[in-house]
Amino acid sequence: MSRALPTSRKVLATAAALAVAGGALTGCAASGGDGTTEITFLTSNDAPNPETAEALAAAFEEEHPDITVTVEIRPGGTEGDNLVKTRLSTGEMADVFYYNSGSLLQALNPDSTLVDLNDQEWVGSLTEEFTPVVSTDNGLYGAPLGASFAGGIVYNKPLYEELGLTVPETWDEFMANNATIAAEADGVAPVIQTYGETWTSQLFVLGDFANVLAVDPEWADQYTAHQRSYAEEPALLGFQHQQEVAEAGYFNEDFPSAAFQDGARMVAEGEGAHYPMLSSVIQTILQNTPDAVDDIGFFALPAEDAANTRATIWQPNALYVPRSTEGAELEAAKELVAFANSEAGCAIQNELLPPAGPYAGTCEALDTAPALLGDIQAYFDAGDTANALEFSSPVKGPNLEKVTVEVGSGIKTAEEAAEFYDQDVENQARQLGLEGW
Amino acid sequence: MAEARPARRRRTAGSTSATQRSVYPSWFYLPAGVLYLVFFAVPTFASFWFSLTRWTLFDTEFIGLDNFIQFFAEPQLSQGFVNTLIYGFVTSAAKVVLGLALAVLLTSQLVGRGYLRSVVFFPVLVSTIGVGITFKALLDPFDGVVNTMLATLGIEGPGWFTDPNQALLTIAAVDVWKGLGIATLIYIAGIVAIPQEYYEAARVDGAGRWQQFRSITLPLVQPATATVIILSLIGGLRSFDLIWATTGGGPGFTSDVIGSVIYKQYQAGFYGLSTAGNVILFLVVTAIMVPVSLLLNRKEVDR
Repeated sequence: MSRALPTSRKVLATAAALAVAGGALTGCAASGGDGTTEITFLTSNDAPNPETAEALAAAFEEEHPDITVTVEIRPGGTEGDNLVKTRLSTGEMADVFYYNSGSLLQALNPDSTLVDLNDQEWVGSLTEEFTPVVSTDNGLYGAPLGASFAGGIVYNKPLYEELGLTVPETWDEFMANNATIAAEADGVAPVIQTYGETWTSQLFVLGDFANVLAVDPEWADQYTAHQRSYAEEPALLGFQHQQEVAEAGYFNEDFPSAAFQDGARMVAEGEGAHYPMLSSVIQTILQNTPDAVDDIGFFALPAEDAANTRATIWQPNALYVPRSTEGAELEAAKELVAFANSEAGCAIQNELLPPAGPYAGTCEALDTAPALLGDIQAYFDAGDTANALEFSSPVKGPNLEKVTVEVGSGIKTAEEAAEFYDQDVENQARQLGLEGW
Repeated sequence: MAEARPARRRRTAGSTSATQRSVYPSWFYLPAGVLYLVFFAVPTFASFWFSLTRWTLFDTEFIGLDNFIQFFAEPQLSQGFVNTLIYGFVTSAAKVVLGLALAVLLTSQLVGRGYLRSVVFFPVLVSTIGVGITFKALLDPFDGVVNTMLATLGIEGPGWFTDPNQALLTIAAVDVWKGLGIATLIYIAGIVAIPQEYYEAARVDGAGRWQQFRSITLPLVQPATATVIILSLIGGLRSFDLIWATTGGGPGFTSDVIGSVIYKQYQAGFYGLSTAGNVILFLVVTAIMVPVSLLLNRKEVDR
């Protein structure tokens, strides 16, 4: 599904929300009278998730003629989080659903709402980075769908060649590259920002996390215990870097209203050089501007010191089965989850969710995978990666994306923003009942 | 509750038979009473309890007034509070002034009066979310229709919804556009109810148009003014939907109002905190509206 205009996205999101509300009213699927089992599969509306879900459902039905799968679509972002929580709490969840791993999964209270999948065959293939982010002390709840991805700078390679630039390893080199682009490439924005969709503003902070850990390996645990904060270095640097780029005037002119799709197009077509983004943006580029896929490269957000420059990794989202699913539907749901990680399922993943990082389970990337995968793999080979904060600490405030917009728009300074965010996470920590808050 | 007050007041004042025995048995009240109790009274009072707890859909933990303390400690709240007051008073004032002006125009002898009345009222019928999305597209700072047109005239249009200093007022303007029809309608009803004899007598005494307006129309539409102020002020103070559809409280927090702060907390799963926020919003609206409504209604009685 290609959505060029932000408005059409809104319309679709609204339609999807209505569809989901309708689905919620009809409740979970029931067995048909003729011996077939009907199950539902809930996914989010961001491309290419609906397409992937439909393809998986169709292929699965072919292999299991006695099971029918109905795909339901929900909104993404915090709206979607809310919907998932509500449907789980009321026992109205779809039989299989697609959702984040890590802290967002923990917020679903998986021990009491999800089915433990620890006895499934595919569990043995999971990477040791992935297993903890879908587990609690009492069980393992999710199977990966899609590969992991990295957060950092997605850049336009032809532009780099044209200007004779090299991939920066320190923050100063990065700023020097930006200066060169601003001076020599006419009409090219050195750094792309898209605050029309606020979540895209967080990458300077979230993507810098591996660099924070390189300086202070205890940071995540200490943060959960309320012993570290964003108002102090090294974590403060993420905010400061965003402010520095903003003050230098390196953003694209339409940064206050541009959307994620615009950002993907700009970096693909060379209207902008750097897009601080998740590497999975390549899937959007593949949909909208397929010819440009091989022009896109990736490097980690540079730290002050080259020795600390690491890539921040997001573990894949996963498929879960709620406790409200029982009997024949439960068996069918487990089959579907296993199917997504079978050979046929992996073929669909490789086609529709091309990997922008290593897989976490049975699937393997093909030679046709996007070129940027090689850039990310290099960080893995060198051991210069770390999981994003949301996989090592449950503490994430809801307003980070707003406050990073404020830094990028010059409303708050980095220091004010960091202090604000430290206050913002207190609510989350208290809601979770953590010690020391 | 407060919204129904002015209307009810006038109705009871108008019908002196309110104290007489009704011909219908009192149990006719029952169906409406049960609906009111189940869907309004019970949730309202339950929310007072839930505001004192930290709760998920299944567990509640009583934490006393912590939610209220936390809500007031929210850094975004002070700005949200100021914004709420600005938004409420700006939209209310604009609706009074523009609504009255339009009503005077639309009650005069005008070609196509009925058509114009409909046109003014149409925006009221459109869904707020639809209006928000439409204006967001029209007022896009870079490829929106409005700024493109301004650009052809050589004017650089502002970042309507994206400029931190501008966003709240832009939303207020859209709100006025959307809500003006109701204010105008109430004023038209008020003006039409003024007996023509007063105007005739004034004309005989040589009063000009402006004097007629100042000395007859303005004082005698006072009940309509009170209704418009009360309705639009309450609407403005609680407003949320239009703000959410256009800026989501952004950029950053610059157009946040209490309503959007509460919604964001609810979205984040802080149910107790957001319930406390709603209780506070309820108290704030009441604290503003009770004196305003008493003041306006006292004036009405004095005349």
